[in-house]
Amino acid sequence: MKKSTQTDLIVRSSERLSDSAVLVSMQACDPVPDVRPGQFLQLLLPSCKGAYLRRPYSIHDFDSETGTVSLLVQMVGTGSRAVAELKAGDVVNALMPLGNGFDLESQPGNSLLVAGGVGMAPMYLLGKELKAMNRNFTFLFGARGEKQLLRLEAFRSLAPVAISTQDGSVGETGLVTDNSILAKGGFDSIFCCGPTPMMKAVAKYASQNNLPCQVSLEHHMACGMGACLCCVEDTVEGHVCVCKEGPVFDIKKLKWQI
Amino acid sequence: MADLKTKIGSLELKNPVLTASGTFGYGLEYQDYMDISKLGGIIVKGTTLAPRQGNPYPRMAEVHMGMLNAVGLQNKGVDYFVNNIYPKIKDIDTNMIVNVSGSSIPDYVETAARIDGLDRIPAIELNISCPNVKQGGMAFGVNPASAAQVVDAVRKAYSKTLIVKLSPNVTDIAEIARAVEGAGADSVSLINTMLGMAINAETRRPVLSTVTGGMSGPAVKPVALRMVWQTAKAVKIPVIGLGGIQCATDAIEFLLAGASAVEIGTANFVDPAISEKVAVGIGEWLDRHGCKSVAEIVGALEC
Repeated sequence: MKKSTQTDLIVRSSERLSDSAVLVSMQACDPVPDVRPGQFLQLLLPSCKGAYLRRPYSIHDFDSETGTVSLLVQMVGTGSRAVAELKAGDVVNALMPLGNGFDLESQPGNSLLVAGGVGMAPMYLLGKELKAMNRNFTFLFGARGEKQLLRLEAFRSLAPVAISTQDGSVGETGLVTDNSILAKGGFDSIFCCGPTPMMKAVAKYASQNNLPCQVSLEHHMACGMGACLCCVEDTVEGHVCVCKEGPVFDIKKLKWQI
Repeated sequence: MADLKTKIGSLELKNPVLTASGTFGYGLEYQDYMDISKLGGIIVKGTTLAPRQGNPYPRMAEVHMGMLNAVGLQNKGVDYFVNNIYPKIKDIDTNMIVNVSGSSIPDYVETAARIDGLDRIPAIELNISCPNVKQGGMAFGVNPASAAQVVDAVRKAYSKTLIVKLSPNVTDIAEIARAVEGAGADSVSLINTMLGMAINAETRRPVLSTVTGGMSGPAVKPVALRMVWQTAKAVKIPVIGLGGIQCATDAIEFLLAGASAVEIGTANFVDPAISEKVAVGIGEWLDRHGCKSVAEIVGALEC
């Protein structure tokens, strides 16, 4: 049984969500194996745009009936700018799904889904899955300001959303770790994705409060399937590939100084 | 249909396409995307006597039409290979070749000797050209005398097909090739990666943790072709060509330059099924040109 496949994706729509973020919806031409929340795909972009290697993007949403996959992408470099230029009808090639994804079974109970910036990307599919399992959960999003918060209505349709912004334009002022929802507590586990300093702060909160916590890492990758050994993270088991053993790690496995 | 079979010493390949060490894992990683038994052979990840953690992250930088890597031979050591990986790959219906690396001659010899005992490994590729390790590696491969010394020692301990992978980071690669031929190599493969570096101008820092790394990908192909052409003229043993091969036409160019087989490396990351496509495409090219076998075009460059 295949775990991953190579397929062309036809771009169905592309929506600018902000100055720097885009939501792209694409349909797979071939059957795609089961996608778990937290998995990613490797997208091959036209080489004339300057990207030679594939680029890894979190799977934001996936509909197995229609083979429709959505990506929430922040424009930061050559690859993501090429993604933002995709138009309906364009065809790109993908390897998908890749990586381990979040382990929902090992973190039962009431969960807090914490994301910063474009770390919101994998949280939508995770929320959908948790809702389908009838589990209790809450989103906690952090951003510089209102403009960096993406698709809030879609997230609110799944679960309550708590917000922290650094400029105070929406929600509470400060970082996610300052949010009053953490002080209130009541959560049994945390799933987290965002910039590394934010994830480390959340991991620190989790370990201080004895909460199981999984974080999704973002490293530069070449192959995406554990062959090139470029995207390693140092763990208690030594260097392991973020693309294959991750991108989601239990914080107990990481050697973060927190 | 042209005959795609080719030979590397006494090693028979069903077609001239191998996958390059470090770009294809142990082959198993690619099984979701292609039938790996359709290849002439698979050269698995560089294996050393003791386990190695490799270099710190970041170890990879994309460059124009290529990449730099500084993995540093991360692997779990030869005993782990023998006990845990060999049983999983031994029944794959193609030539499973182990890339052997080391930081001293006794290391190379001991690693090769342990692999010599594995029935289903018909060849090793001796890596005397890794630019990403502090000791050994490329140091052996940039000097004809030290290259001959390590090959001579391994030859005495290894009974099957011995391929030696050469570094392009030398003044005269043909001279190194002649030296390892004289020491008993059955074949040479070239080129390993070219030493390069990448800088982030914004941070004023190197991109790689090791500052320098090995460059591969289509950007190095002209250099690789030139070196294969020079080497094939200089030695009698078969040459395996690699460096930036992306398609069947690229592979044909290497065969014309004098290579008896080719390795596909970095292109596996762009299209995980590319090696099988290259093998099919070589057959189509031979048919289109009325050639009956691969041997007809090896070194058939007209100039």
